[in-house]
This record gives sequence, structure tokens and C-alpha cells, in this order.
Amino acid sequence: MIEAVDVARSYELDGVSVPALRGVSLTIEDGDYVAIIGPSGSGKSTLMHLLGALDRPTSGKLLINGQDIATLGAPDMARLRNETIGFVFQAFHLLPRTSALDNVALPLVYRGLGARERRKRAMSTLERVGLGHRVNHRPNQLSGGEQQRVAIARALVTEPKVLLADEPTGNLDSATGQAVLDLLEKLNTESHVALVMVTHDRDIATRARRQIAMRDGEIVP
Amino acid sequence: MRLAEAWRVAMAALVANRMRSSLTMLGMVIGVGAVVILVALGTGTKNMVEAQVEGLGSNLLIVVPGQVNLNAAPAVSRMDNQDLDAMIKVVGDRERITATLTSGETVRAGNASTFTTVNGVMESTPKVFLRGLRTGTYLSRTDVDTGRRVAVLGSLVAQKLFGERDAVGQQVTIAGVRFRVIGVFAPLGQSLGVDRDNEVHIPITTAQRLFGTGRVDAFAVKAPDRETIDRLGEQLLSELRRRHPDTEFSAVTQEQILGVLGNILGILTTVLAAIAGISLLVGGVGVSNIMLVSVRERTREIGLRKAVGARPRDIGIQFLLEAVLLTTVGGIGGTILGVIAALLTAALSPVPAAITWWSMVLAFGVSAAVGIIFGVVPAQRAGRLDPVVALRTD
Repeated sequence: MIEAVDVARSYELDGVSVPALRGVSLTIEDGDYVAIIGPSGSGKSTLMHLLGALDRPTSGKLLINGQDIATLGAPDMARLRNETIGFVFQAFHLLPRTSALDNVALPLVYRGLGARERRKRAMSTLERVGLGHRVNHRPNQLSGGEQQRVAIARALVTEPKVLLADEPTGNLDSATGQAVLDLLEKLNTESHVALVMVTHDRDIATRARRQIAMRDGEIVP
Repeated sequence: MRLAEAWRVAMAALVANRMRSSLTMLGMVIGVGAVVILVALGTGTKNMVEAQVEGLGSNLLIVVPGQVNLNAAPAVSRMDNQDLDAMIKVVGDRERITATLTSGETVRAGNASTFTTVNGVMESTPKVFLRGLRTGTYLSRTDVDTGRRVAVLGSLVAQKLFGERDAVGQQVTIAGVRFRVIGVFAPLGQSLGVDRDNEVHIPITTAQRLFGTGRVDAFAVKAPDRETIDRLGEQLLSELRRRHPDTEFSAVTQEQILGVLGNILGILTTVLAAIAGISLLVGGVGVSNIMLVSVRERTREIGLRKAVGARPRDIGIQFLLEAVLLTTVGGIGGTILGVIAALLTAALSPVPAAITWWSMVLAFGVSAAVGIIFGVVPAQRAGRLDPVVALRTD
């Protein structure tokens, strides 16, 4: 599904090259459940951006769904994200002043689907995450847990092969966080969508089938 | 992304920032409104002047000594009654030609007096210049041939000298000589800055005797139709040049006068529109500015949209449409405002307004173009945003 071979990423800061990732190799299989764990600054977010085709490696080889990222232009990367990847962010990143239904339907807009089809799919996805009764609510009318479930529905509506979750429980209290984790895990088992979760919380990480620990831009064995 | 969807998103974004959108639009409203009203007033003035020139009568040909030049003083005439006879022969119809000898004189009646233009003319003048009488009769051929001391007064002159009384049959004194009033013109109003009601017509022969000259200042000829007017002008000029080999003469048609005036007023209208265009430019800069603010403010939204599959183009189009929507809605508002203001000005002042469809189409087109031109940079900036950086922005 995703294959990274000796992937490195560095940033230019005032003309100085600062490495964020120094040669990482890993594979994400279909239906996988992987936790990427490490302290802040360890490069786990950079890695997640690369796995989600939001960014390109400075060196190394990165294949997503069989496609070499290095050969793709910005429009192709956008399409790859739209069709293959679902993102769940710590800060939810929902559009304000926009109903839960329209938030969930947003990725389908960029797939070119008509309004009726978008609504239908967004509706059934919201029902899958248990929010069938909150479709017309706006983000500020929803609790944190509900907002994150809307975001999960948005990630899921395109039927991606992999869900990339960056600290999905980071902004939630522990009980709500538990429920969100349960939902993600349920989707992983039932829908066979691979789940890659970035976290700094060891307890959460241990729930995954595999853990990848990172420090200073490298995988710690 | 479908275009209809992009419109919807752009609209929603503008509605979400109502105050800011309206203020930005106001810049466009003022700019477009200014263009529409100034073009309307410029065109209206041009139409009015053209109507006045055409009001002199149709297919008119004026023959004068010297060159016709708006900057030069009229040349002193060397034409006389023999020239007049020759001109009548060329035209072939005494009804179609008139000669003038003009002088500024004080006209008195009893204690009342007024300074006016005294025109020595021929009996054919009303037919050449399309003038009607309010009361009495006009000069007759006998009046002209025998040099009678009879006068036809302009309505303003009659009003100044006699008030509401009927002037016909009364006596007036022009340059110390008594004249009998035989008619009063119907009011005509102004023509090219000349008050045509402030004049007195007397037979040209009488005028020559009165002013002690045999001179004729100019001829006016009414051509049978538009097609023959230029040829007739050439014939008249060649006859005059034959008779006065060392003197220059000119024959001007209304079309030539219209051409010159039209050019001047056209330039005036263009200059006014250009000045108004500057405010349109300022409005455009305002749109650009607000779009840049909008892009910055919505960086996270752009990052999110990109994360879920928006291509740079999708984002660019969304912001470009927002800019175009701002300017075109502002443009429509400005057009409506401009039309209302032009109509009000026309109703409340002597300045006429002509609302032309092309100025409205132009205003709309220009506002859309302003939106595209000033929206491109912010849109490109939005489209090129790095999604990773955009998502990280707080």
C-alpha cells in the first residue's frame, strides 16, 4: 500500500538545510494498524505528511498505491490524496459556518460528484460514525468528540485505503478520546482500511498492531 | 471541482464576510458609477450640440472668405453684390441661397434699447435656415430689391423693446435710422452658444446702405440633397476663386462642423471616462488587497481543502471567482447608481444625459476584467500554498 525506502526530508531555514527525517524505511500494508510514536521534534509529523502525499521526500523512494511520488505533479498528488488517503487531524480542521453534512461531502466536491450523490454518500458516512442525527449542525454547535467524528467521516467518505490520524485524541478528554479511538479501530477491522496513527501517548500506541518509534528523524529499532 | 460549485463556495465566502465584502464592493460601485455618469453626461452634451447644429437646417453649406479655423478670427470679406449675383447663378435658385452682412448695433424703441446682432439678409433666409415667425411677415423680395427700412425682430429683442405688446407695426431705430417692424421670430433658443433670439433681420441692401459698405460677409446655401452638397460647394468656391484669384474661400457643411465639434466632445468624454477609470483602478487595488487578506486568513482552510484533494487550480479558481464576484456585483451596483445619478442630473440641471448601452456593457466588462486582473495574484498565491505549511498555520 505505502512503501518508503530510505526516505529523507530536510527543510531550508535561512539557507541552512535542517534535516527533519534522515532515511526512514517502512511499509504500510492493506488493513494495517500502525502507531508512529515519538516525542515532539522526532519527525513523526513530517513522516505522516509524506505518507499522505502532502509533501515530497528530499531523497529516497516513496511509493503510495504503487505510484512513485517523485514522478507526480501537484494535481496528481491532489488526486492521489483524494482517492487513497483520509486525514484526521488533531485540530479537526472543519470548515466553520458549514454544516456537518457539507464538511463531510467536501472531498467529493473535488472528485467532481454532483450535489445529490455527495449528500447521499456524506449522509450514510455520518450515520456510520453515529452522527446521523447531527447532519445539519455546524462545528460550533457540536462537542469536541462529535467534531472529530465529523472529521473521521470526512476522511472516510472517499473510501480511502488508508486513514492517517495525527494525534486524533490530542484535543479531547480521555473518555471522548477513548470513544474516538474505538471508532477508528472499528473502521479498521470492519472496513479493512489501514490506520496509521501518530501519537506521543504510549498507552494509545500499544493498542496498535505495530509500533514505529521515532527519535531525531530516525526509526528507533 | 465543478464551476457551479466554485461559484457557490465563492458566494458563501463573501456572504460570510458581509461587511468587508460590501465595503470592497463600494469601491467598485463608486468607480463604475463615476464612469457611467460621466460618459452619460459627456454623450448627452455631444448629442445636444449635434442636435443644435442640425437645428440650423439640413444640407446647409456656408461659404465664407478665408479658412475655417476655430482658433482664428473670421477674415474680412471682399465679397460684394456682384459675387452674390454670380452665386445665385451657380445655385440656379434664388430661394436656396441667402447672403448676410452682420453688425452689432443698439436698437431703440422709445425709451427702451438693447444691443443686438443686426443681420442684413435676403428674403430666402427662413427657407434656408428653417425659421418660423410668431407674428407678422418676413422680408419680401421687393423689400430686398428696393432697400426698404423694415425689420424682423428676434423674440428676445421684441420682448426687451416692447414687453408683452405686439411689436408688429411699431417703429425701432437702428444706428439712428428708423425701421418699421413687420414681423417677430418664433423663439429658437441657443445654438452653439449664440442666442438666436437676440437678433434683428433687415434687407441686405438696406444694411449695406446703413453701414456704408457694399460688402457681403457670407453666403448660406441649402443644397437640394446630401449627395449634391459637396459638388455644389466646389462649384461655388471655384466661381469665387475665379472672381478673386488672390483670395481664399471656404465652404463648410454641417457635417464638417459636426465632425470638429464631435471630435472635441468625444475627446472630452474620453478624458472624463479616463479620470473616472482611475477610481475604478483604485477599487481594483482594494479588491486585490482584500483578497490577499482573505487568502491569508483562510490559509488553514486552503490547506484542508488541498489535503482532501483540491488541486492548485481548484483553489485558484475559487479565489478568482470571489474577486470577480466582488467586482461584477459592485459593477452592477455602480451601473445602477450611475444611471440614477445621470437621470437625476439631467432632470435637475441643464446638462443633458444620454445613457448608452455600450457604456453599461463596457462598465460590466471592465469590472469583470478588474476582478480577473486584480484577483489573479491572490488566487495564484492561494493555489500555490504548501498544504503542510498551510495546515500548520494557526
